[in-house]
Amino acid sequence: MIDIEEGDLIKIKKDGVEYKGTVMPSIDDTIVLKLENGYNIGINIDEKTFIEIIKSKKEIDSSILDNKNQDLTAKEKGLPNVSVIFTGGTIASRIDYKTGAVTSQFKADEIIKIIPELSDIATIDTDQLFNILSENISPKNWVDIARAVYDKIKKGSYGVVIAHGTDTMNYTASALSFMLRTPIPVVLVGSQRSSDRPSSDSYVNMICATKTATSDIAEVSVVMHGTISDDFCLIHKGTNVRKMHTSRRDAFRSINSVPIGKINYPDLEINLFSDRYKKRDEEDLRLYDKIEEKCALIKFYPGCDPGIIDFFVEEGYKGVVIEGTGLGHVSSAWIPHLKQDIPIVITSQCLNGRVSNRVYDTGRMMIKAGVIDCEDILPETALTKLMWVLGQTKDLEEVKRLMRTNMRGEISKSTGYIF
Amino acid sequence: MQLDYELLGFKAGLEIHQQLDTTEKLFCRCPPILKDVKDAKYSFSRYLRLSESELGEKDKAAIEEEKKEKKIRYIGYDTTCLVEADEEPPGPLNTEALDIALVISLLMNMHPVDKVFTMRKIVLDGSNTSGFQRTAYISSNGMIKSNFGNVSISSLCLEEDAAQKIDNADKNEDTYSLDRLGIPLVEISTAADIKSLKQLREVAEKIGMILRSTEKVKRGLGTIRQDVNISIKDGARVEIKGVQDLRSLEEVAKNEVIRQINLLNIKKTLKERCATVNKKIFNVSGDDTFAINLKKFGNLPEIEREFDTRLKKFNPDYYAIISNDKDAKLIGLKEEIDYKNGDLAIVVRDKRKKAISILNSILERADYFLIGVPEETRRALPDNTSEYMRPLPGAARMYPETDVEPIIIDRDKIERIKENLPELIDHRTERYIKDYLISEELASLISRSKNYRFFEDVVNKYNLPPTLVIRTLEIIPQELKRNNIPVENITKNHFISLFRIIQSKEIAKEGIPQILEFLAKNPDKSVEDAIKYIGLNTVDLADIEEYIDKIIEEKRDLLINKRDLSFSPLMGVVMKEFRGKVDGKKISDILKRKIDEFIKNI
Repeated sequence: MIDIEEGDLIKIKKDGVEYKGTVMPSIDDTIVLKLENGYNIGINIDEKTFIEIIKSKKEIDSSILDNKNQDLTAKEKGLPNVSVIFTGGTIASRIDYKTGAVTSQFKADEIIKIIPELSDIATIDTDQLFNILSENISPKNWVDIARAVYDKIKKGSYGVVIAHGTDTMNYTASALSFMLRTPIPVVLVGSQRSSDRPSSDSYVNMICATKTATSDIAEVSVVMHGTISDDFCLIHKGTNVRKMHTSRRDAFRSINSVPIGKINYPDLEINLFSDRYKKRDEEDLRLYDKIEEKCALIKFYPGCDPGIIDFFVEEGYKGVVIEGTGLGHVSSAWIPHLKQDIPIVITSQCLNGRVSNRVYDTGRMMIKAGVIDCEDILPETALTKLMWVLGQTKDLEEVKRLMRTNMRGEISKSTGYIF
Repeated sequence: MQLDYELLGFKAGLEIHQQLDTTEKLFCRCPPILKDVKDAKYSFSRYLRLSESELGEKDKAAIEEEKKEKKIRYIGYDTTCLVEADEEPPGPLNTEALDIALVISLLMNMHPVDKVFTMRKIVLDGSNTSGFQRTAYISSNGMIKSNFGNVSISSLCLEEDAAQKIDNADKNEDTYSLDRLGIPLVEISTAADIKSLKQLREVAEKIGMILRSTEKVKRGLGTIRQDVNISIKDGARVEIKGVQDLRSLEEVAKNEVIRQINLLNIKKTLKERCATVNKKIFNVSGDDTFAINLKKFGNLPEIEREFDTRLKKFNPDYYAIISNDKDAKLIGLKEEIDYKNGDLAIVVRDKRKKAISILNSILERADYFLIGVPEETRRALPDNTSEYMRPLPGAARMYPETDVEPIIIDRDKIERIKENLPELIDHRTERYIKDYLISEELASLISRSKNYRFFEDVVNKYNLPPTLVIRTLEIIPQELKRNNIPVENITKNHFISLFRIIQSKEIAKEGIPQILEFLAKNPDKSVEDAIKYIGLNTVDLADIEEYIDKIIEEKRDLLINKRDLSFSPLMGVVMKEFRGKVDGKKISDILKRKIDEFIKNI
């Protein structure tokens, strides 16, 4: 059979029908052709199929002019410098022809080329730290990101934007909140619709995130769509935010707190809802990048075997967060298993509201067994906080004290009525 | 204008969009039904941006749409879900729709591909929430016969219908209704094989007939839309979208031919005048008012009309087309832009970037007046002329829909479909003419109807004339419907009892309209109830004989004078008494016998 290559312009004759088009990547024996009208089709080849190469990829390539040498940061207008760090995810994704699925393949500078408005907000520099889908991010990556942000701030960035996959963005955001003391805004941003589509939310999210990075909100925050319209983004504190929908643009919600504010689109005006945020230059830059990865997050369910706790202890885990029911309960059968030499932190699977183990007997017995009642912290934030706290101290009493102390807005003094 | 289409090098191709009658939409499980805007449950607004195709090109048509930068509002219903709102990835391609597309393909002798890829076709006007229309190439290389020469069918694509634009007073915002978005439709494209208007109409009708033969396509207003591609020698391919109906098709095509001839004449005029397009854009005031001056383009209404449509579409804060010295002076531009009599100046006021982009688009079009006919997409208007819509979209607007898996077309399935293809309506009509000895008109009427199977059953089972059955099933209900009688209430069982009773001659066929009317208004009642209520079978034969005897007695003189010829007037008198209550044939038999007896005894 004739040797064809991706990108060749070929002609196929089969069953009296002639197809002319460019060879596209295929995952099986089917030849995928891009027809001249732009459609892709699949044709199975048999011994009676006739194939002819009209123009090889090489010939075609040499006739296309290279127009990619544009200087993107040329538009400097004395605007503050914002560093954009790409880590992967939908916001930086495009089509993978090998699998036909969406993967992260966007070059950092390409996304800026697609959103020229960014150059009216700030002088942008970009870095591709890595290219990892959200679900593949691990605590080691949080450390890498924290160090990269630290370096950017040290080198004088006015604000930092981190493009990140949305699935685990809240973990990264809360981990960074504990690892960094920052004098400038550190904004995580993502998108729920890939940026290769005209309706992508990445444009509005990216623009609003960059604007937030030039504001005086010197917090680790998450900036994402506030509604399913392109009308405003919400600025969430990194320790209070959670992805609450699989696919909607407005999936990110502040839990147990109001967002710091919103940023209107397209006028980019910021409205603050709360003054519970650190102002620019209020804190000095510090990096606490030690964390203890061997921590687990367990969801309790009816009939859940308490041996799970023993298992984690035997496996050498240094701390466990439990998502208990309601006010923070596990079944009374668990009580003997809660007496361990590692910290056991209690949060609630209700997400909304405060853990309170002083109301029912089970709760009181849990406290007696030594669990750490962790107020109104989100379970995921409790996990990243526990990892971080254990990175700072091994002293169990100190761990208990720190876990129950609000450090980065993760615990509120009183449970407000949020409407 | 008398036109010789052959001499003009007329070539046309058709693109027919037909909604399919499926139970779910193409990429979600929502019902494919239209809603009243008043029933909207929620709304949201978006902006669309242009993204590059997989080959790194931007589509010309899409770039022009993007220049407009409009806010788009969408309204949703309890019958639409997050997929239409582009808030959730699409589901798999609806296989019911794919099967219908394959049936249509095979009815047109087309060749399905081995693997179907769903593509994204960039559409930035807002009619698709995602910014693209999902479309899949199903088959190619078909052919249909025409009395004026065969026409090849180049391709059949399965697509999702777009959201419907809703009238909106706000000029900065477009509103679209999400109910129609996602309804499956097939797009059938013919090659540019059509050489005359008659053939154009014939091919469109034929494709329509094939589509209806499947019994799986939606019927009624807006369920089928036709676009037509037209070119003449020295002209260019122009696509005219949204031709209202088949009657308009010929008229739209003719008007396009005339338009292209006019453009070729304008080109000649401009050449003679030595007109030029100076690409300079003058900044005439502040940072927002810009102008161009087209040398020697003045006093050509066709050109001004074309520019006016385009400027309207871009919707700047202000624009003016200046074609005489006086107006140029009035605006105070004359010197600044070097305006001379016979020139055509255009002034636009808007944000700098937008104003310049609009004027560049006008300059590009102006260039084309010197070349002749530009390739473009136009929109058919109610008066069968057309207006500029956008440049012809190209291949750059297509890239793969990665959220939808490709589907392998099973060859066995193709064979199965081939063996069970539905009978074409035209074929059925011919069969009915031959088998039932009925007129072409009636045969065509019933073979197009959804009742055709029922018709065959009735004619085969009951000893009734096919014309009577067609009249009962189709013509009478149509007439009643015109008088706003709810004929859709009449059930199949009603018809079956009615045919049984007519066959047994318990009532006369003249009573059918009254019975159907009664049943339509009282669907819970039976045919027997109808007969009783109307008083149709209260007469027995003895009553008729008695009545006829009485009439013959009264009209003795007439009978003696006219003999046989007195039948007609007497029949009239008797029928007046018994119409609808007794079969006319029965009355005429009795009357004939009685008259014969009378004459014999004279």
